[in-house]
Amino acid sequence: MASSMLSLASTSPSSSLSLSDNWKVKTKIGGFGNAFVKTKSFGRTTMAVALNVSRFEGITMAPPDPILGVSEAFRADTNDLKLNLGVGAYRTEELQPYVLNVVKKAENLMLERGENKEYLPIEGLAAFNNVTAQLLFGADNPVIQQGKVATVQGLSGTGSLRLAAALIERYFPGAKVLISSPTWGNHKNIFNDARVPWSEYRYYDPKTVGLDFNGMIDDIKAAPEGSFILLHGCAHNPTGIDPTLEQWEKIADVIQEKNHIPFFDVAYQGFASGSLDEDAASVRLFAARGMELLVAQSYSKNLGLYAERIGAINVVCSSSDAAARVKSQLKRIARPMYSNPPVHGARIVANIVGDPALFKEWKDEMELMAGRIKGVRQKLFNSLSAKDKSGKDWSFILKQIGMFSFTGLNKSQSDNMTNKWHVYMTKDGRISLAGLSLAKCEYLADAIIDSYHNVS
Amino acid sequence: MSPQEESDCPRFDQAHSFSSSDRRISALVRHLTVPTHASPMDSISAAPTSAFGTADSVFAHVVQAPEDPILGVTVAYNKDPSPNKLNLGVGAYRTEEGKPLVLNVVRRAEQQLVNDRSRVKEYLPIIGLAEFNKLSAKLIFGAESPAILENRVTTVQCLSGTGSLRVGAEFLARHYHERTIYIPVPTWGNHPKVFTLGGLSVKTYRYYDPATRGLNFQGLLEDLGSAPSGAIVLLHACAHNPTGVDPTLEQWEQIRQLMRSKGLLPFFDSAYQGFASGRLDADAQSIRMFVADGGECLVAQSYAKNMGLYGERVGAFSIVCKSADVARRVESQLKLVIRPMYSNPPIHGASIVATILRDRDMYNEWTVELKAMADRIISMRHELFDALRARGTPGDWSHIIKQIGMFTFTGLNSEQVAFMTKEYHIYMTSDGRISMAGLSSRTVPHLADAIHAAVTRMG
Repeated sequence: MASSMLSLASTSPSSSLSLSDNWKVKTKIGGFGNAFVKTKSFGRTTMAVALNVSRFEGITMAPPDPILGVSEAFRADTNDLKLNLGVGAYRTEELQPYVLNVVKKAENLMLERGENKEYLPIEGLAAFNNVTAQLLFGADNPVIQQGKVATVQGLSGTGSLRLAAALIERYFPGAKVLISSPTWGNHKNIFNDARVPWSEYRYYDPKTVGLDFNGMIDDIKAAPEGSFILLHGCAHNPTGIDPTLEQWEKIADVIQEKNHIPFFDVAYQGFASGSLDEDAASVRLFAARGMELLVAQSYSKNLGLYAERIGAINVVCSSSDAAARVKSQLKRIARPMYSNPPVHGARIVANIVGDPALFKEWKDEMELMAGRIKGVRQKLFNSLSAKDKSGKDWSFILKQIGMFSFTGLNKSQSDNMTNKWHVYMTKDGRISLAGLSLAKCEYLADAIIDSYHNVS
Repeated sequence: MSPQEESDCPRFDQAHSFSSSDRRISALVRHLTVPTHASPMDSISAAPTSAFGTADSVFAHVVQAPEDPILGVTVAYNKDPSPNKLNLGVGAYRTEEGKPLVLNVVRRAEQQLVNDRSRVKEYLPIIGLAEFNKLSAKLIFGAESPAILENRVTTVQCLSGTGSLRVGAEFLARHYHERTIYIPVPTWGNHPKVFTLGGLSVKTYRYYDPATRGLNFQGLLEDLGSAPSGAIVLLHACAHNPTGVDPTLEQWEQIRQLMRSKGLLPFFDSAYQGFASGRLDADAQSIRMFVADGGECLVAQSYAKNMGLYGERVGAFSIVCKSADVARRVESQLKLVIRPMYSNPPIHGASIVATILRDRDMYNEWTVELKAMADRIISMRHELFDALRARGTPGDWSHIIKQIGMFTFTGLNSEQVAFMTKEYHIYMTSDGRISMAGLSSRTVPHLADAIHAAVTRMG
């Protein structure tokens, strides 16, 4: 239909319109940017209406991102009491963003050295890839010594997950990824856009505000053989509920039984317990069993490099040959996406993790950040227990780990938190403790108690 | 698609599911029985830890990919131990001393940023640094562009040119009714893959005429003229890569009229603004002509070359829309493309750009440094041309000085290129494209000798 309309149009003299013609003349047939016309009608009025319509007229306004949209809403709120517990970005006790001292040192060093800004290789900065694999697995881990790890620098956690998803789509067509219920909101978007089918395994038990371990095992067992199981390495997002080491062993058992492939998302190494090694225990447990696995890893939180977009996808293979081949195919995925990754964040990481003094300094700052969050958890728990006379057990706040706490509040209750108390959080009941100060714990406790008891 | 690409994207005919090991073995069998590119098969059969022996690897069926044809040139160059080697592959500017260059104004901007104690590293919005977006739009469209003044432009920060093209492709594949994009022959090697993986199908239009080493304008008009109404057309804003052949302004005007009359959607790739003529506004003329007629277009903008920010991955993707309302809605949908790809873009490079563009002095300093780079490239063109003439190298080499931008499409064939690499350690892409930015007065004689030898010995 559209083409026949335009062939009619092109017979008009207006096809030789020059720049000086007033483009606002709408009555001329032909002309510019004719939208595709859905109507079959050749009527004069519909033609005229169709002419200056945008080709993108039919596009609807997309809803705001459920997580990042929270900060937008927070910024728009003018109330003094407002509290942003939305996105997981670390804040100091003064609720200010925090750039680690060790990062500033590294950046100054880089500036002094006057390094160039040449393209990185497609797979990223080699020094960065090396220290990253070492950080995750331990430098003396056999998988590293034997060259079995393919590491490719990615755009933080999201970008690394996306590279892995594209690899799965291409090399494991039809294979499913199992994601926890609930999980980080963007996981499903990543797999959807990469056209990788996914389904959920039970994870969070609202009755206990803890792990539904049996449900998790059952669902992993029931998945078709050779599925990818997306596991949060530590500090599960959004719940803050992690399996114990014994539970991890059982999870590994059932994954091996079903020839599934473990796929770790490690966004909080160091942030959960305060120890980088301890937080990598789950990943190392699986690697120690000789299992092949994927690990998407981010330095956004633990090095505070959020906006630098620095992370990696690591694929542990059963041979160095396989690792080399997998790496080459990951490059083929990255090249038509962004060609090669950004250099700045990678150099910061390589400088810090690769230098013993700076690495030690990092570990100390890491402990302070994790420590502040643990302190805030304790204070929040104390405030809730003191103020809530209903006898409800709030100890899950202490048992949960990492930046987030799953409060157990439902959507209406979460809305009440925002609308009445100006506390910004995600609708799934997740609060970011990284955005909470000791000073605000009492206020937050009041808000939670009110929302929990007075709103259904 | 190369045989490599065809063979390593296993697609199964059966719609029903079967076990994962079945899938992997099937893929493996397909690699073994279907004649494919030699090297992947060699790497499978030869390696002791190959799939035959270790069928327990879930990645057994993953073959070794070949190096990227453009970036792989640098990989090969790095491996070469010869002291005379010359890298004329990837389009990265080099000084007369053959060194990478970080612009003075960039260093100044970086110093400012790192020393600013109030700066934080919080996530940028999904669409990137707002100030960067505004300044980028002004740079390419002109500060007084009606489209900007009327809020009809949406600009989002992306990962350099590649990222901008990819986001644009994904957006069009989802929201535009025509999913075919026409690309010129030849074009940048990465274009077809970016668009294909973005969800578009790729067709071509004639562009380069090897006989004249210039533009096949007739062929271009014919091919665009017969494209289906509404089809997307990729246009190199200036300094066409790899040929260096650009339409004249009169030719651009004809292209514009044809495209508008057929409702073809322009998608500009602007990677060399300021590098073609040495002047930023002049190099944006083609784009501005299209915007001036009130129509819609897409623009992928890169700062890799003109600000020397290659590894920082700074770019912007803009859509000029009919109305501000459409622009707002389009922007919201672009966020849905970006969020599952990398969430939000990197801050460092964009901050450098914003720092420079917003400051009158720094902006001027930049234009001076940019012109110096463009001028050095032009002088290299003349030196190479003179050197070939001095050697009496057979053939007409005037295209070296007629072509525009960072690259010269020499007209050398792949055998000649291979010869030059083997005998003279000159690295370039097999299509005969050389990066003039990688040449210096010192190395021009060596290149001229190599070209002379290739042409006389290999016809």
